[in-house]
Amino acid sequence: MRKEGSKIFDVVNYILLVFLAAITLYPFWDSLVVSVIPLNEYINSSIHWWPKQLQFDAYTYLLQMPLLWSSYGNAIFLTIVGTVINMIMTILTGYVLSKQHLRGRTIIMMLIVFTMMFNGGLIPNYIIIKNLGLLNTLWAIIVPSALNTFNLIVLMNFFLNVPQGLEESAKIDGCNDIGILLRVVIPLSMPAISTIALFYAVTRWNEYFSAVMYITDPHKWPLQVFLRAMLFENEAAAQSGGDSPYLLGQPIKMATIMISTVPVLMIYPFFQKHFVKGVSLGGVKE
Amino acid sequence: MKLRPVRSRQGTSLLKHMRANKYLYLMLIPGIAYYLIFHYLPMYGALIAFKDFSIPKGILGSPWAGFEHFRAIFAQEKFWQVFRNTVVISLYRLVFGFPAPILVAILLNELRKMVFKRTIQTIIYLPHFVSWVILGGILVNLLSLDYGVVNHILAWFGVEPIPFMSSPKTFRSVLVGSMIWKEFGWNTIIYLAALAGINPELYEAAMVDGANRWQRIVHITLPGIRSTIIVLLILRLGHMMEGGFEQVFVLLNPSVLSVADIIDTYVYKIGLEQGLFSIAAAVGLFKSVINLGLLVMANRLAKAFGERGLY
Repeated sequence: MRKEGSKIFDVVNYILLVFLAAITLYPFWDSLVVSVIPLNEYINSSIHWWPKQLQFDAYTYLLQMPLLWSSYGNAIFLTIVGTVINMIMTILTGYVLSKQHLRGRTIIMMLIVFTMMFNGGLIPNYIIIKNLGLLNTLWAIIVPSALNTFNLIVLMNFFLNVPQGLEESAKIDGCNDIGILLRVVIPLSMPAISTIALFYAVTRWNEYFSAVMYITDPHKWPLQVFLRAMLFENEAAAQSGGDSPYLLGQPIKMATIMISTVPVLMIYPFFQKHFVKGVSLGGVKE
Repeated sequence: MKLRPVRSRQGTSLLKHMRANKYLYLMLIPGIAYYLIFHYLPMYGALIAFKDFSIPKGILGSPWAGFEHFRAIFAQEKFWQVFRNTVVISLYRLVFGFPAPILVAILLNELRKMVFKRTIQTIIYLPHFVSWVILGGILVNLLSLDYGVVNHILAWFGVEPIPFMSSPKTFRSVLVGSMIWKEFGWNTIIYLAALAGINPELYEAAMVDGANRWQRIVHITLPGIRSTIIVLLILRLGHMMEGGFEQVFVLLNPSVLSVADIIDTYVYKIGLEQGLFSIAAAVGLFKSVINLGLLVMANRLAKAFGERGLY
């Protein structure tokens, strides 16, 4: 009797989770299919299981747009330079704060954690960026988010778990703190470092609100702002007259989505296995 | 002097301590500078909520206005509308969105086939890594009035097509539903980490005692992640005044302003589009203070019930 109940639970559980996975994946699949089918097929089909005819007009149209290329370039710059800066800042600060004997550590930690609970708000931030002369530069996106407090704490906790003995013996061999960080701590923390680098890189790739706020020159737009213009430009028109204006561009819109999502989809599975480990190690200590 | 034995803190002078750790303090400089400039300076800048700020005069030079701006916004019908929208959307997200990852994490934890578990995890984490701009586009595609899949499926059941994105009746559900869809998978991670920390012997002992699946979940699994749930709930309450800025900013359109214009979009509009810096800063500060207050209160409450709390 008990065995049977357990079996039913298992079956229901499997079905439920497969269903959740399906409703997670389907929207992406639907978008992919819409991006490669001709317009008449889009109009006449209900659920887009499989493309009957393939047509890549939407992609060739997109690839001819200069703004796509410049915004793609800006997004790549943002992602690479931004992530490198993020990692340098996070590793340096996280390493120092993992030294529990250091005087002033407690108060600095408190001040850092406080920024997670309270912030000055949008407007003061905007005024500061403006006063720093960063408006309309990509630095306005990179610098204000040079460090993420959550990632910092996760990495700091990972560093706390690096065996103290290894650091001590490096010290005896004549390493200073910088040498220890570079030769001992970083090599031992690669799983956490690569996970956090992925978090940062994806955040950089997806960043759009700060770009909307700080960058008005379309040539400096990162990809997400270009996307926003492509996807939601006809919004007002669509509001008043059904969705015919959408219709014209629907395959193109979905193609834009695909072009900008593919890099994330490609690197993501390689990092995924570290996620739970990274977060669990980070959550243990504090 | 290379070897520094552990000494009592009182034993060394601060100067000696700093010299011995000079590289550590040096490495800390960029981080401290970052927090000062981009977190504490804006907190100081929030002072303009109490001033008649103008850009040429700067934060210090602008004349004081006291609580005038707060009085002005509290007298506005529009402010209370965005306040209400924020709280309602946030509450929906709390009630429906908070338990979802807990349930899914428990279900995942019950799986015994590791390959299957990992596959499901890989899939349900995915939407977290996609921006709201992209998901916004995908939503418009799925929920489109004439050609969207959702309305096609509803039609099989005889339901008239619903203009999800432009009807004030459905828009909040779209916001909350899509938020849950995007984040439920990702949010299981922290619970899965906590579940991995539960001692397996507890389950074995319970099985020997004849506890069934359900009893094990209720008496071992749930208590095992209780403190994680409480910490996340406290943090969540500290964000009660957030209606999901990036998401709403992308999806908001004129026909649903009355139900989905939230505090953040309102601040953006009056501050950056209309240039009313002081008033916008006042609204923003009001929001931050309520968030902080709720967080502190929730933490106290948790401690009163004997939990560890956040700090």
